[in-house]
Amino acid sequence: MRPFEYTKPKTVREALSSANSHSQYIAGGTNLVDLMKKQIDEPDKLLDITNTLPDTIEVKDNGVVIGAMVRNTAIAVNKAILESWPLLSKAILKGASPQIRNIASAGGNLLQRTRCPYFYDLTLPCNKRKNGSGCGALKGNNRMGAIIGYSDACVAVHPSDMCVALAALDAKVNILKADGSKETMNFLDFHRLPGTNPEKDNNLPEKALITSIFVPKNNFNKHFEYLKLRDRESYAFALVSVAAALDLDGNQIREARLASGGVAHKPWRWTKAEAFLKGKQATAENFAEAAKIAAEDTAPLSTNAFKVPLLKGAIETALQTCLTNKA
Amino acid sequence: MKHSHSNATSMSRRFFLKSTSALAALSFIPNSLKAFYQDVKERFFVKKQMIPIKLEVNKKQYSLTVDSRATLLDVLREELNLTGSKKGCDHGQCGACTVHMDGERALSCLTLAVMAQGKAITTIEGLADGDNLHPMQEAFIEHDGFQCGYCTAGQIMSAVACVDEGHTGSVGEIKEYMSGNLCRCGAYNGITEAIQQVAK
Repeated sequence: MRPFEYTKPKTVREALSSANSHSQYIAGGTNLVDLMKKQIDEPDKLLDITNTLPDTIEVKDNGVVIGAMVRNTAIAVNKAILESWPLLSKAILKGASPQIRNIASAGGNLLQRTRCPYFYDLTLPCNKRKNGSGCGALKGNNRMGAIIGYSDACVAVHPSDMCVALAALDAKVNILKADGSKETMNFLDFHRLPGTNPEKDNNLPEKALITSIFVPKNNFNKHFEYLKLRDRESYAFALVSVAAALDLDGNQIREARLASGGVAHKPWRWTKAEAFLKGKQATAENFAEAAKIAAEDTAPLSTNAFKVPLLKGAIETALQTCLTNKA
Repeated sequence: MKHSHSNATSMSRRFFLKSTSALAALSFIPNSLKAFYQDVKERFFVKKQMIPIKLEVNKKQYSLTVDSRATLLDVLREELNLTGSKKGCDHGQCGACTVHMDGERALSCLTLAVMAQGKAITTIEGLADGDNLHPMQEAFIEHDGFQCGYCTAGQIMSAVACVDEGHTGSVGEIKEYMSGNLCRCGAYNGITEAIQQVAK
């Protein structure tokens, strides 16, 4: 690991004013410390922000505000979250291990980097690590890679489970920028597609901080499922994951939410399939059609064609489970 | 008089302009070079930072000076000689370095020592009460919850937390909540039995 200067700002203002182009903020550090050990991330200065940002979960009339410093476990076991946004809890518990969830912060979860093997191997080309070096995965080992939204420059996928649930639940990200101004970003606009500059994972302005995450009130707390398919039963990144939620009136679907992890550079919302389900009956036939509609837009890489039928099956199964899953 | 005066002023002006611009150039170049050198030096040769820290480990207070890069695992093993916590992968994938921080299990290999200040840290060495083993340690022995023993400290720390958290409802639940601890010898069944016994 390259040497760095460690400081612990007392206030968020102090953190923002201490930040420069060679500094990094650190909260849980479960991803950043690892990236620093592997010399993928080499900050000159680490700003420990654990004392500067909220670590509370506040329930409001219109939703819930999750402070950026709330540990992943604390979100997953929170009573209000389990009652009103159980999909979020379920997704978090499918990610990482208890030891990691106990340290990892909510804000940090959004900012974790891809686990594409080319990103982690300094001897191999990777545009995300070093733009212009090429994408080794495009025609190489891309089994874990994207099936939608990728470019010739990058086929990496976003690794988070929590983010898939947040994407499905129409969350918003509250941001404090370096100049002190605030911005609220729709969760779906927070992460970005690789295009020609995959070194940028998201649209967070430089030196800005995520202060909290807002999840609006909804009726998706009765029929929901987070299905994660992976190479081993637990503690592995998703090959394909599906967050599904239904707002039902009898057997008729008022609203549907479908999002996936392991398929794209960002948590992916299947909006066409959602639109198809709206107003339809909650039947196996309609679920299969929704899965088909989602899969139609995918284009697998050289070695991950298996992800397409896997995705279709996962969407059908997740929607079916929504009907029997009781919060 | 008039002529020589104007001559003198024009000479002095020329001299002034020449000398000041030369001086300016001279002072400018080394300064920017110096700044550039400083920039390069700071970017590529950041000096290692030694930080005085206080840690509470197994109810004992320690004051020591550590490299900002030192992980809690490295400090436990190298500085405090608490070698029970093991370095398996050093990347948060195996769980051999699991310790408790404020009663909750955490990975010491992904925690910077400087950031572990102010937290009550418990390692495998702090689990037993004198010569009396912790019930989980007894149960691991009884149920053959290990073979080579390398992952055992992490497994036991994780197992104690698993019981404290109440995730022992079924074999499936235990296995899910122990999934952050890998065992190459495959002693999983013994580990699960040990946890079931302590949870009773």
